[in-house]
Formats: sequence, C-alpha cells, structure tokens
Amino acid sequence: MSSIEPRQSAAGPQQPAGQPDQPAGQPAQPNPPVRVTRSRRSALWAGIAAIAAVIILAYLPYIVYSATTNLLVNFFMLLIMASMWNLLAGYAGLVSVGQQAFVGLGAYFVLLLAIHGANPFVAIPAATALCGIVGLPVWWLVSRLRSGYFAITMWVIASVCELIISQFSSLGGGTGMALPGLNLSPALLTADTYWATLTVTVIVLAAVYLLLRSRLGLVLTAIRDDETGARSIGARVGRTQRTVFLVAAAGCGAAGALYVISQLAVDPGSAFSVLWTAKMIFITIIGGIGTIEGPFIGTIVFFVLQQTLSQYGTWYFIILGLVAMAVAIWAPRGLWGLISDRLGIRIFPVGYWLWPATERERPARGLALLRRG
Amino acid sequence: MIWVNAIIQGILVGGLYALFACGLSLMFGVMKVINLAHGDLAVVAGYFALGIIAVTHTHAISSFVHVPVGVSYALVVPVFAVVGYVVQRTLLQAALNRGVLTTLLVTFGLSVVIENGLQQFFSANSHSLSIGSLVSDSFGIGSQITIAYLDVSILAVAVAVLLGLQYFLSSSKYGRLIRAVADDREAAQLAGVDYRHVFGIAAAIAFGTVALAGLAFGMYTQFNPTIGTDQLLLFAFEAVVIGGLGSLWGTLAGGILLGVAQQIGAQYNAADQVLAGQLLFLLVLVIRPQGLTSRRETA
Repeated sequence: MSSIEPRQSAAGPQQPAGQPDQPAGQPAQPNPPVRVTRSRRSALWAGIAAIAAVIILAYLPYIVYSATTNLLVNFFMLLIMASMWNLLAGYAGLVSVGQQAFVGLGAYFVLLLAIHGANPFVAIPAATALCGIVGLPVWWLVSRLRSGYFAITMWVIASVCELIISQFSSLGGGTGMALPGLNLSPALLTADTYWATLTVTVIVLAAVYLLLRSRLGLVLTAIRDDETGARSIGARVGRTQRTVFLVAAAGCGAAGALYVISQLAVDPGSAFSVLWTAKMIFITIIGGIGTIEGPFIGTIVFFVLQQTLSQYGTWYFIILGLVAMAVAIWAPRGLWGLISDRLGIRIFPVGYWLWPATERERPARGLALLRRG
Repeated sequence: MIWVNAIIQGILVGGLYALFACGLSLMFGVMKVINLAHGDLAVVAGYFALGIIAVTHTHAISSFVHVPVGVSYALVVPVFAVVGYVVQRTLLQAALNRGVLTTLLVTFGLSVVIENGLQQFFSANSHSLSIGSLVSDSFGIGSQITIAYLDVSILAVAVAVLLGLQYFLSSSKYGRLIRAVADDREAAQLAGVDYRHVFGIAAAIAFGTVALAGLAFGMYTQFNPTIGTDQLLLFAFEAVVIGGLGSLWGTLAGGILLGVAQQIGAQYNAADQVLAGQLLFLLVLVIRPQGLTSRRETA
C-alpha cells in the first residue's frame, strides 16, 4: 500500500507527530499534547463480553432444545452474509445485488464434494476456498464496471450460475437434491451444524475485524469516506476492492455451505435466490452500513420482525424493505449510527480516538471525523 | 428452416425487449442511476390493467357505458407516467440527493417491496391480458414459418415508440432540456434549468414506456409477481448493454440481438433460452463494454 502513512502503534499514549514551528513574533502556543488510543474501556468490556458470549453459545446445545439452536443457525448465517455485504458496499463501495451467486455456489460445492464422498462438514472450508477462487474471474469481469452496472451485472452472473447448475442432472437439475453423507443422529447433527455455524461466524467476524484494523482497513475506510480522495492520495483502490470482493465471495460461500447443511437439501431456485441479497442489504442498511456493529443490530431487528410477523406471510419482508428505504434516505448511518452517536460507544474499535492528554474521557471535538471508525 | 424461424421470432420479440430497455436507458442516461425496480414496474402495469378491466367490465359500469378493452389498457400508460413523475420528485429525488449508491439501494428495496406486495395481494399465480383472437391469429411464410399478428404489432409499437422518443428528444423543448441535463447537469442548472423537473419528465417517460412494455408482455405471454426481477429487468439491462448506452437505435439492435440469441438457444434446449442471452451479454461485456453500436467511449 503505497503512500498511506504507516499507522502508529496503538499502544499507550503518544505524542503528536511533531510540534509545528511557531512563526516568529507570535507567543508560543504549543499544541496540547494528544493521546492516540484505539480502544476505550467500553471496547475492553465488549471484548470480554464477546469471549464470554462465544463460550456460552458454544455450550448452548447441551442446555436448550434444537429449535433454539436451529434458529441461531439461521441468525448466524444471516449475520455472516450481512457482514460480507457490509464489507463490500459499506467499505469498498461495491454495491452488489448478486451475492446470491456465491451463496448458491457454496451450497453446491458442498453438495458436489459430499456426492464424491467428502464429509459435508469438512467440505465447508473447501467450498469457502472454491468460492474465493471463483470470485477471481468474476472480479476480472466486473471490476471495470461502476455502480449500477456493477450491481446488475453481478445479478446477471448469479442468474447464469443458477441456469448452468440447473443443467447438471447429477446435481439434481432444476429440482435439487438431498445432501448425502450425514448419517448422524438428529440430535448430534443439529448440534454439529450449530457448532460449525458458530465456528464459521466467529472466524468470519474476527476476519472482518482484523481486516479493518489492518493497513487494508485504513484504505477501505478511506474509500468508504471518499473514493476519489483515496485514489488521489495514492491508495490502491482497485487492489483493495479486489481483496474485499474475494473475501466477500468466500464468506458468502461459507454461508451457502452452512445453508445446505442446515437444510440437508438444496435446489437452484432457493440457493441462488435474490432474496439472500435482499436480506443482506436490508439488514446492513437498517443496522448501519459501514460499521462492524451494524449487521449485528440489523440481524437482530430482522429476526425479531420475522419471528413476530411470521404468521402474516411475507409482510415482515415488505416492512423491512420500506424501513430500509427510509433508513437509506433519512438515516443513512442506520440504527447503530444513531446509538453510537448518542452514547459514543464502539464495540469493535477499528478507528482511532484522539484525546487531549489533559482530558481523560472526552475526545477532542475537532477530531470527530477520526471517530467514525 | 427452423433457424430462419428462430431468427425471425427473435427479431420480433427483440422489439419487446427494446420497449422494456428504452425507459431504463433513458433514466440511466439522464439521472445516471439504474432503476432496479424497472422490471417490477412492468409487472405492476400488467396487474393494473387487469384491475381496470375488472372494474370497467363489472355489470354496473358495462351496462352504463361500454369501455373497449384496448381503451382500458391504454389508460394504464398515462397513469404510470404521472406516477413516474411523482415517484421521481419524491422518493427517487430524495435518494439521489444522498448519492448514486443510495439510489441503487432504494430502487432495489422498491423492487423487493413491489414483488412481495404483489405476491401478498395477487398470489404467485400467472396471469395474462386477454385480447381476444389476436393472440392466436397469424400468417404463414412458406410451410414452416408462422408469424403472429400480435408479435408484429408489438415490434411495430416498439419502433413507433423509439421513433417518437427520438423525435421528442431531438426536436421538442423538453427533449432539449433532457439532453442538456443528461450532458451536463451543472451547466444546465447555471442556465436556469430546474433539473428536478427535467428528471421528473424523464421518469414519466420511462414509467410510461415500461407500462406499455408491461402491457405488451402481458399480451405476449403470462406474467407473475416474480418475473419482473427474474427476467424483465435483466433482459432490459442486457439489451441496453448489448446495444450500447445512449443510443435508442442501439437499444433496438440490442433487444433484437438478445431476442435472436435467446431463440437460437431455445432451439438447442428450452432451458438454454435465457442462458444464451445472458452469455451473449457477458461476451459483449468482455469484448466491448461500451456496447456494440456506441462509438463514444463510456466513462
């Protein structure tokens, strides 16, 4: 990454890069010393809470019924997909309405490997990697397209994938087929599916967090805030977008792999349904695009609405769509934007905080931009 | 002979695709956004026409005044144009003020809402617009090629709409305004043009043409709530890209090429019909991203 300034170490209080020379004749007014920190106490507690939550979640199959864990499997799948779409659109500026291509391919890669004798659970990482590899030629095709062209061409590619897969009768053709190779007791299968989903979720979210904290994340944040500006200071926008595209392809593939295992069957119509992408988009927009926390909040909202309104058909989806449209126009930073503005908290600190060294708890006003981590 | 037939049928259906595509192309050219709800609007037009028929042909009204079927259908187009203007000035303008990506998301949301709403109200069943015997009437060339009057009529309507649009854009006052705003919005604003109003006019035309396309599609074949996104939007977009942006005749050429590719694909295997069109689209995208007819490089 060429001319992006190297990041300062996050550890401990730091002095600013250098005191500017004072013009002669003016009274010396030294800049107040500034501390640069990455975390705050809220983030530390959030980290501890996250680890505790993962431990409790991992123990869950021993204490709750399978209905609950099945629900959580769906929850985590949506969370993975929304996080991937958020990375694409919220950070890299790539609005794709064809991510269902990779969801479907992930599902079918697991099916293909299972037909050839692989354990479906072992096939999850393989399918994930294969989706990342498939993403490469797709990126070559779509990388020169911009905004609307990119979005809708991805949709065409998803449709092409669906039509091609439908032609393979060995993969069940247009009607789909059951997933072989899982001859476990129902209780064990449910628990294994849940654990696999939890593992993938933790890996994906950790990957997103670390990616955004890395140097690449700095470029991504720059692209999110102003793509032209990022280009003009020499950030390698294209290469960074490619990396994100491939990560999102792999992540959506992993979600698709979990989908086929949780359903134990797959058909092209539902695996490549544009509703996957619709859910990703609604969740991310409502929760807060361009933040790691947004997809969390959005997935919770999605689930609450879905569960409470499920007896009224697809009304929950219509409501979500309307809410997402309203949020996109009138509150573009979503629910998490509203919450974090009000309370000033970050659960996943990927940005930096600048403090006057004399004050301990309030970040400097003029540096508010840096807070949008 | 079946190949000649396939090509002729492809050309005929290509007019329908061009009719779908010209509104999408116009909105993209003027507002620089792709309306992802474009296909669903056509489906709404189809259901709207069904609704009008149901109302005007109830006993109470039909005994009072006889409304011909064609007139009922034709009512849909001006209504859609008005709706287009209103939607543009309210929802889409609000989204445009936020930026291109927001507009994409809002039109996508609109698409999903329309599709699911139609499914809630009208179920997933397929419908078609009845036009009496015109559906099946046809004439033959030789022994193997039959051409339906309806298909020829749709192609004729499409060409007429494109001609009218061409004339409107090149010669009328609003046409000039639309071209000015499409070329350079800021400069047009400096010259005193209210670009929001011009956007509204462009959206009204786009909605009107897509309503007409929806009606034609409803007569040509069956429609259901999901076909707007499954097929119509992608077909329209593919026709635009194959033909090249910013050229109405390119759009017609793109629609016809798409139609021919689909009909040829269908000769191999019925399931290949849609796929053949999409592969042609991807091929054009690889070779000539600016489209086949466009001389100007797109940015």
